[in-house]
Amino acid sequence: MTIRIENLSVTFDGFHALKSVSIAVDKGESFGLVGESGSGKSTLLRAVAGLAPVSAGTIEVNGEALLGNRRSRAFRRAVQMVFQDPYASLHPRQTVDRQLLEPLAIHGIGDGERRILKALDEVGLGSSFRFRYPHQLSGGQRQRVAIARALIVEPEILLLDEPTSALDASVQAEVLNLLEEVRGRHGLTYVMVSHDLGVVTHMCGRLAVMKSGEVVETLAATDLAGGRMVSDYSRRLMVASKGFSREVAPV
Amino acid sequence: MTPLLTVGNLSVTYPTRTGIIEAVRGVSFELGRERLGIVGESGSGKSQTGRAIMGLTPPPGIVRADALSFSGVDLLAATPSTWRDMRGSRLAMILQDPKFSLNPVMTIGRQITETLRHHENVSKREARHRALEMLEAVQISDPERVFSLYPHEVSGGMGQRAMIAMMLVCGPELLIADEPTSALDVTVQLEVLGILDRLVRDKGMGLIFISHDLRLVSSFCDRVLVMYAGRIVEELATADLGGATHPYTRGLLDCTPKIGESRHPLPVLERRKEWAA
Repeated sequence: MTIRIENLSVTFDGFHALKSVSIAVDKGESFGLVGESGSGKSTLLRAVAGLAPVSAGTIEVNGEALLGNRRSRAFRRAVQMVFQDPYASLHPRQTVDRQLLEPLAIHGIGDGERRILKALDEVGLGSSFRFRYPHQLSGGQRQRVAIARALIVEPEILLLDEPTSALDASVQAEVLNLLEEVRGRHGLTYVMVSHDLGVVTHMCGRLAVMKSGEVVETLAATDLAGGRMVSDYSRRLMVASKGFSREVAPV
Repeated sequence: MTPLLTVGNLSVTYPTRTGIIEAVRGVSFELGRERLGIVGESGSGKSQTGRAIMGLTPPPGIVRADALSFSGVDLLAATPSTWRDMRGSRLAMILQDPKFSLNPVMTIGRQITETLRHHENVSKREARHRALEMLEAVQISDPERVFSLYPHEVSGGMGQRAMIAMMLVCGPELLIADEPTSALDVTVQLEVLGILDRLVRDKGMGLIFISHDLRLVSSFCDRVLVMYAGRIVEELATADLGGATHPYTRGLLDCTPKIGESRHPLPVLERRKEWAA
């Protein structure tokens, strides 16, 4: 078990964002978290990364119990995060080269030149993008840089927070393909947050449906696709993601 | 019957330091009291087309067209005061994100009544009454409360409903919706679309629905224009979507992952220079 979360609660100023949530993710698995905004799916991801005020419960990653928001250096290398909005997650005044050098410098990893070129190549950008600024890139290219920045320290686990929801449908396909390819090549474990059931069932083997800070249901993606869900909420989410139609429109 | 909106050979260009950018190139279509979808990727010129129709092309952009008329009014020759009279009352536009398109320092109620009192000679009391009615029509359960709230105090879905209420309160003949639900959650999206759908149908107005999501547009509109690099590459009735011939349209249809389908890797969109020619 790579990630084991038990009875985790997160409280912001008296607001319970997560209420005793438990999930377990196997090594090499791709695990999805779905739900509407405010359901706590991103908070859960951030709690693993040590970015949320945990009030109760335990998080265990690779057998190491994580206390509060302290994370070991090894953890910070093994677990990397990709955020939703590539327009906001890259430094606007640093070149791609600088942004990729930063994680290497932090972890004291040498051989920067070769690693940067390899990381860029891996995400399909090529060396010509190395000295560009984020504003000179399209949304899809920026998200590729964000993925390269996560991959450059050779992590084992990627936490993906809505990695494609800021992108066009057509660019989304390219980024999803890239993420799958990278996972296959390096045997990575993914935890992916998305509100799009189509994306999650495409990318993940198992998933947890969340609602107002609680896990409603954990099930296999194939069960979700086959309509074999237990809770009404999952079913409603499923109907919503089938797209708009006059028959089901709630009027 | 004469069409509600006629667009003939519309072009929008932006002069920049490095040359002229042609955002929209020779777009022509006619719109009756129907729902028309405009689909394309970012940069295809779909939003610029919508903005040009509203007269909202920001400087230094230049709008040229052989014809651009809205129920008999020549929009190319419209003076600022004609525009002011038309926008909000006969032509309305819903933008993507209520967080950025509502006035943050004015209550929702005041923003709706402002539209009304600008275009129609109504008393304060009457304006308030109609605003509350409109908020109820967009299925806000407690209109009195929402009336007095500021935009930051409501959720995205609620904000977008308030925006729809504001845009429809004067009963426009044409509504342009530019990605009206992209900033919203899937479940909320459906509700907002349902509301929009019902109001557009009941009031019998024309609708231009702009989005990058071809499936969404096709479930909502009667007819779809597919844009690529500033041009219309294909026009088709929603019913014939399966028979789309242009490879770009087919690509847009195929590239989204669907539940219960296993396609690894996903087909990606081809973009060829000759389609832009």
